[in-house]
Amino acid sequence: MTEVVQQDLASERQVQTIDSETPFKRFVSEFFDSKTASVALFILLSIIILAVIAPWITPQDPYDLAQVDVLDGRQPPGAEAFSGYTMWLGSDGAGRDLYSGILYGLRISLSVGVMSGFIALLIGMAVGLLAAYAGGRAENVIMRVVDLQLSFPAALVALMLIAILGKGVDKIILALVVAQWAYYARTVRASALVERNKEYVEAAACLGISHARIIFRHIMPNCLAPLIVVGTVQTAHAISLEATLSFLGVGMPQTSPSLGVLIANGFEYMLSGRYWISVFPGIALLVTVVSINLVGDHLRDVLNPRISTGGGKAK
Amino acid sequence: MPNTLEVSGLKTHFLMRAGVAKAVDGVDFSIAKGEVMGLVGESGSGKSITGFSIIGLIDPPGRIVEGSIKFQGEELVGAPEERLRNLRGNRIAMIFQDPMMTLNPVLRVDTQMIEALKAHQNIGKKEAWTKARDTLGMVGIPAPDERMRAYPHQLSGGMRQRVAIAIAFLNEPDLIIADEPTTALDVTIQGQIIHEAQNLCRRTGASLIWITHDLAVVAGIADHISVMYAGKIVEQGNIDDVIDRPAHPYTVGLLGSVPSANNRGQRLYQIAGMTPNILALPKGCSFKERCDRRTKTCEVSPEAVERNHRTFRCHHPYFEEVEV
Amino acid sequence: MSAPLLEIRNVSKRFVKKLDVAGKIAARLGANISEETVHAVDNVSMTINKGEVVGLVGESGCGKSTLGRVVAGIHNPTDGQVFFEGQDISALEGVRKREVTLAVQMIFQDPFASLNQRMRVEDIIGEAPVYHGLTTRSEKSDYVDEIMEKVGLDPSLKKRYPHQFSGGQRQRIGIARALAVKPRFLVCDEAIAALDVSIQAQVINLFMDLREEFDLTYLFISHDLSVVEHIADRVLIMYLGRVVESGITEEIFDRPVHPYTSALLAEAPRLDQRKREFAPIKGEIPSPLEPPSGCHFHPRCPHAIGDCSRQAPALEVVRRNHIAACHLRERFG
Ligand SMILES: Nc1ncnc2c1ncn2[C@@H]1O[C@H](COP(=O)(O)OP(=O)(O)OP(=O)(O)O)[C@@H](O)[C@H]1O
Ligand SMILES: Nc1ncnc2c1ncn2[C@@H]1O[C@H](COP(=O)(O)OP(=O)(O)O)[C@@H](O)[C@H]1O
Ligand code: SF4
Ligand code: SF4
Ligand SMILES: [Mg+2]
Ligand SMILES: [Mg+2]
Repeated sequence: MTEVVQQDLASERQVQTIDSETPFKRFVSEFFDSKTASVALFILLSIIILAVIAPWITPQDPYDLAQVDVLDGRQPPGAEAFSGYTMWLGSDGAGRDLYSGILYGLRISLSVGVMSGFIALLIGMAVGLLAAYAGGRAENVIMRVVDLQLSFPAALVALMLIAILGKGVDKIILALVVAQWAYYARTVRASALVERNKEYVEAAACLGISHARIIFRHIMPNCLAPLIVVGTVQTAHAISLEATLSFLGVGMPQTSPSLGVLIANGFEYMLSGRYWISVFPGIALLVTVVSINLVGDHLRDVLNPRISTGGGKAK
Repeated sequence: MPNTLEVSGLKTHFLMRAGVAKAVDGVDFSIAKGEVMGLVGESGSGKSITGFSIIGLIDPPGRIVEGSIKFQGEELVGAPEERLRNLRGNRIAMIFQDPMMTLNPVLRVDTQMIEALKAHQNIGKKEAWTKARDTLGMVGIPAPDERMRAYPHQLSGGMRQRVAIAIAFLNEPDLIIADEPTTALDVTIQGQIIHEAQNLCRRTGASLIWITHDLAVVAGIADHISVMYAGKIVEQGNIDDVIDRPAHPYTVGLLGSVPSANNRGQRLYQIAGMTPNILALPKGCSFKERCDRRTKTCEVSPEAVERNHRTFRCHHPYFEEVEV
Repeated sequence: MSAPLLEIRNVSKRFVKKLDVAGKIAARLGANISEETVHAVDNVSMTINKGEVVGLVGESGCGKSTLGRVVAGIHNPTDGQVFFEGQDISALEGVRKREVTLAVQMIFQDPFASLNQRMRVEDIIGEAPVYHGLTTRSEKSDYVDEIMEKVGLDPSLKKRYPHQFSGGQRQRIGIARALAVKPRFLVCDEAIAALDVSIQAQVINLFMDLREEFDLTYLFISHDLSVVEHIADRVLIMYLGRVVESGITEEIFDRPVHPYTSALLAEAPRLDQRKREFAPIKGEIPSPLEPPSGCHFHPRCPHAIGDCSRQAPALEVVRRNHIAACHLRERFG
């Protein structure tokens, strides 16, 4: 007989795995497979960084009246300010340096967008999870409210709310939250409904684990992927919605000028040929919103529930 | 007359970021007219990709990188797409595990069947309709006149599979490739489908490749059997030879792990370890890490050897034990 | 004699598909739609003694999983009762209720969907025992190691996520999760159907080893007759929600009485039958929404007589340890 190599045979306990990449690593490498998305993410991160460090890289604090000189007003791009710095993007009617104004405006636009998006996400997630898990009448009632909300254009909802509540940063955020939570609720409910019927939820019930724990420890983490996608896209919506409101003059106050306010302020000068006052903030807004959307779109592709390779044999 | 199908040295690889998946890596077999070959293997062993390669449905990143597929003497590897399309559904047909791969959900059964006929034959509409209906009847569909007007979603899983089989047989092909057509079906329905397929093949003289992971099904219908493991056929031969006197340790293991009345309540023979990841195959014999007969020789990949009425890839086949 | 470990008495489970708003309006307007009721399980009784393995066989949609879920306490029965050690489980409260909940655990078919993809293996297995105080947070790690060893998983893999395991390993994780709460009864619902042949044998062996080590009792649900024949002591055959035949395994496989059982056995492919003629019974499995009258099997039964479509046969004793529901059971018995 042949000599059998005496080695302890890899038995049932074989340490071999199908896929040793962590989900996160794989996610990252797949995300960067797309050039468009990588570029968009790079731009988006640059925008965020610029917004955060704005006070240190701008020649002027546009809110500090002491630093703003009306005589610098309406200067074309490249003009020199009285205090000596070059206004590369020109200045607006009040004499604010546009470059500084845009970066500070970005800070406000981004933080309003992100904050309202985040609050709407939390509310929408709780409502959606509850609806999906409770089922029956509770779900029906909740989802009718969501449908009703979604049948109105978000801008209209926000406008009506502002009309009732009045102006102010907190009011704007509130309006944006109200205009958006339903999107999150619908998304979460859809994925929670799928998850709720999976066997791991039945297993948890069988193991005597409480409802609250099943909802928050088991179902919720599995609903996050679509939420992240909707979250990015909705944040972009919130930013443009806020700009729209500001442009209409019911948004952010002049004391904290967002990009929308800057665009609105410049609008009156458009006809007199001083295009830059509106156009540059407009471009900044466009680039921000488009890059968020591109990132969000690609996230949607990458976060799609994947079919893992494995020894599983589908019946 | 040439064999219906001769596959030799077939390699179909998928070139991916994570590496090259050698889904099919040197497969040889031939099928004579009217023969039934069972192609068995576990998930991921390359059975379906072998089937897809034959009908020329490999999409990038997959590619046939080597080998030859001769259908009635005609080389299919490298043949123009036009020619393949002409053969597909006409001389060579495929049946899938999921009948919806064949069926169009928004078209009625009759529309689809008449289309399939007219695509390859010069036939009048009326004649086509009659032929389609008769074929439905042949695969055991009750009241075929009515079913002709149904949409696929109005049919049960078993019915859909029958319609898919009827479509496959419409143009009386010379070769049918059936990829796990009964895996998703219940025992009694599986029995019906096998029965219909067997009858049709016998009647039309078509050759059949029946792909499955179920050895017992193959034992019931095939003349020949090919056992696949990690992209290679590790043993093939006459059904009685292979099942009653398996040579390759993998075949032996597979047969041993099927529960039966003889080993009631006892521990089953089990093959150690798990089905390998095609991207990280061991050097030498792919089965080596799970094999209890391996020796140092097995570090070299075994070539296909023909002996005792079969072909196998193993340095230490089981029947040698008797000789020593 | 003491009470059987588990008993179900006249259990039925019906699912009612309620009409949605559009459906309700359509129904008002005279469209021919109404609420649909599925009799997933129809008046089933059985007892399972300690240490037994009972196989439950039938084709898809016949109510196997539903019955398993009722036994495991995931579904409440629409009618009938489930007893654990002689106690009606719907009447239990407090500590005893939790005890019984944990005592009956389920192993699922789908090795992907039955594990939470976002949890580490350690938490999947260790969550319930910590939650119920079977172990402490600080001892959880050792506790999990021990159970992973028992089911043949390497404890050093416990920080991994389910997707990093093969189908067979995942199924072991599911088994470990159930074992972690020290169950006495396991409902295995097609627990090996999704696995490769070579891996199936490993998992069947594991079930048999665990049975001995932990003194477990099983309800083993499968559509695969040869697997059931291999591991079960007793077998129940279901057809469209009803038990049509049951008895000890040798009886059922060697001397089946019900024509449906005979058909199943005849159709099941077997290694020792070569180039055989499949001689299938005719017809489709009827929809459980509108089961045939009388004996549900009559439209497909080769022996059906006039009575069969009018009157449902009751389960009656054929021989010792063998009951069947067929009007002609005496002829076949
Ligand atoms: N499009 C693809 N891209 C990359 N790899 C692929 C692709 N399709 C198949 N493969 C790989 O090729 C190998 C063989 O696949 P194949 O579908 O032929 O297996 P199979 O034997 O039919 O399995 P099953 O029994 O599960 O149907 C597998 O490892 C699979 O992962
Ligand atoms: N949650 C449910 N809601 C409605 N119908 C169901 C539900 N669960 C099962 N059913 C129905 O009950 C019948 C029996 O199902 P099941 O027990 O899953 O069958 P099996 O496991 O034998 O394949 C089927 O017709 C199925 O569609
Ligand atoms: S070649 Fe060696 S390792 Fe491979 S199957 Fe044969 S004995 Fe086993
Ligand atoms: S009762 Fe009648 S129809 Fe039903 S199985 Fe018996 S003989 Fe067949
Ligand atoms: Mg396949
Ligand atoms: Mg089931």
